[in-house]
Amino acid sequence: MTPLVKVDKLKFSYNGTPAVAGADFELLEHDLLAIIGPNGSGKSTLLRLISGFLEPSEGAARLLGRNVRAYPKSELARLIAYVPSELYLPYDFSVFEIVLMGRSPHVAWWRNYSDEDAARVLEVLKQVGIAEFRDRSINSLSSGERQLAFIAQALAQEPKVLLLDEPTSHLDINYKIRIFELLTRLASSAMGIAVVSHDLALLSAYAGKALVLKKGGQLFFGPAEKSLSAVNISSAYGISDPAALTRILNIH
Amino acid sequence: MQNNNTRKTVWLVPAVLAAAVAALFFGAVSDAGPDIIWGLRLPRILAAAVVGAGLGFSGAVFQGLLKNPLSDPYILGTSAGAMAGAVLCSAFGVGRAEPLFYLIVFAGAFSATFFTYSLAKIKKYPSVAHLVLAGVAVSTFLTALIMLFMTLYREHSLSLVYFLLGGFFPADNYLLAVSGAIVAGAVAAGALLWRYLDIFSLGEEKAAYLGADPDKIRLVFFALASLATAAAVALAGTVGFVGLIVPHILRLVFGASHRRLLVSSALGGALFLILADAVARTVAAPVEIPVGVVTALFGAPFFIWLLRRTAGEH
Repeated sequence: MTPLVKVDKLKFSYNGTPAVAGADFELLEHDLLAIIGPNGSGKSTLLRLISGFLEPSEGAARLLGRNVRAYPKSELARLIAYVPSELYLPYDFSVFEIVLMGRSPHVAWWRNYSDEDAARVLEVLKQVGIAEFRDRSINSLSSGERQLAFIAQALAQEPKVLLLDEPTSHLDINYKIRIFELLTRLASSAMGIAVVSHDLALLSAYAGKALVLKKGGQLFFGPAEKSLSAVNISSAYGISDPAALTRILNIH
Repeated sequence: MQNNNTRKTVWLVPAVLAAAVAALFFGAVSDAGPDIIWGLRLPRILAAAVVGAGLGFSGAVFQGLLKNPLSDPYILGTSAGAMAGAVLCSAFGVGRAEPLFYLIVFAGAFSATFFTYSLAKIKKYPSVAHLVLAGVAVSTFLTALIMLFMTLYREHSLSLVYFLLGGFFPADNYLLAVSGAIVAGAVAAGALLWRYLDIFSLGEEKAAYLGADPDKIRLVFFALASLATAAAVALAGTVGFVGLIVPHILRLVFGASHRRLLVSSALGGALFLILADAVARTVAAPVEIPVGVVTALFGAPFFIWLLRRTAGEH
C-alpha cells in the first residue's frame, strides 16, 4: 500500500533557527497517529509542512507519492484538511456557513455552492453530532462544539488525510472523548489522521501509532504502545522521574 | 440555495429608491423649481448613490479579505492614495474627463493599499492593530504631500479643500456615468467571487488550507476595492467611514456571509450617503456642509466603539 503521507529527512528553519530537524515517518490509511513532544519541538510546524503550507528547507513531504508542494492548491485541499488549534472569528457566521466553506475546494471559482454541497454539509453535521447547531452563530458555541464545527468543516472537504493541531487542549473531558471517538471512527473508514496533542492519557488510549519529537529532532516513530513509553516520553520532555509518568498516566 | 435572508436583501432596492426620491425635495431652497430638482439635485443624488455604493462595497471587501472589522478604504489609506492620484493629475494638468485621470487615481488607491498591507505585515499576517496603524501612517503621509502641494499651488486650493473634506462637485454627467459603470462592474465581480471572502474571513492561512491561493485572491480583491474607491474619490473626494459603518450594520441584518453582504453593502452605502448628503445640504442651509464632515461625525464615534469592542476580543 502506498503511504498517504511519507516524510523523508524533513528539515525546516525559522530565520536560521531549526524548528523541525530531520523528521522521518509515514501515515497510512486507517492510521491514527499521535505527534507529541515538548513546546518548541516543531509539532505544529511539522503539520504545516505536511499540509504543504510551508516549504521545507531540506527533504520533502510526499502525498500519495508526490511532493505536496507540487499540488495545485484546490487539489491539495481535496486530499488534506487541517484543523488549527484555535481560530478567532470576528464575524458571526452560522455553523452551516462555516461547514459549507469546507466544500470550497470542490467548487469551481466562478460557481456557487450547489444543493449537493448543502446536502453533504448536512450529512457531515449529523456525522459529527452537531446537526442541531446548524443555524447557530459559531461564536455562540462552547469551545467543544466549536471545535466539532471546524472538524466538520474539514470533513466537508472529503480529505484522505486529516491533520489536527491540539484539538482538545482546552476542552472538558466529555468533548475530549467525543473528539477522539470521532477520530477513531474516521480512521476506521480509511482516512489517515495525525493529531498533535499534549493529552498523553487520551493518546495512549486511542492512537495506533506515535511520533515522538524532542528539541532538535525526532526521537521515536512506531506503534503507540512502544513509542509512548515512560522512557521515551521522559527523554523527550526532559522528565527526571519516569516512574512518576507510570504513576500518573498508567504508561509503562 | 435560497433562504429568507436572500429575499430580505431585495428590500434595500426600494429603500434606496425611496430615499433618492425623498432627497429630491430636500435642499437649500425650499420652493425649488424643476430646474433645481432635475438639473442639480438629481445628478447629485445619483452621485451620492454611486459614491456610497463604491465605498460600502470596498469596506465589506476589506473587512472580509483582511479578517479585520476595523477596515475601510478611508482607514487603510486607499482613499488617500486615490486623492494623491487626483492631486497629481491636477498638478500635471490631466483633466478629470480624461481616461488617464481614472487610471492614475486607481493606481494611487491600489498602491497605497498594498503599501499599507506590506507595512502592517511585520509577521506572516498583519494584525488588526498593525493594519490600522499602517493605514494611519500612509494616510497621514499622503495627506501631508497633498497639503504641501496645495500650499505651493494656491490657485488649485479651493476646489481641493472641498475634495479633501469629501463633498460633491457640481456633478458632471460623464464622470457620473464612468464612476457608476466602474462601481457596478466591481460589485458584479465581487458578487461572483464572494465565496473567497467568506473563507478569507477565517484568515489567510485557513483560506489556503481550503484551496485558495492567498496571493492571487488578495490581488484580485485589492484591485476590485481600489477600483470602486477610485471611482468614488473621483466623484466626491475622500468621504470617510461609509465603508466602515455600513457592512457592520448589514451583518446584523443579513448575517456574515458575503453572499449577501457585498451587494447589500453597496446598496446600503448608497442609501446611507443619499441620506447623509440630504442632511449636509439642509441642516445649515443656505450653507452647505461637506458630506464627509457629516459621515465623520457619525463614523468616528462608531469607529471608537468598534475599536473598544474588538480590543476586548484579543
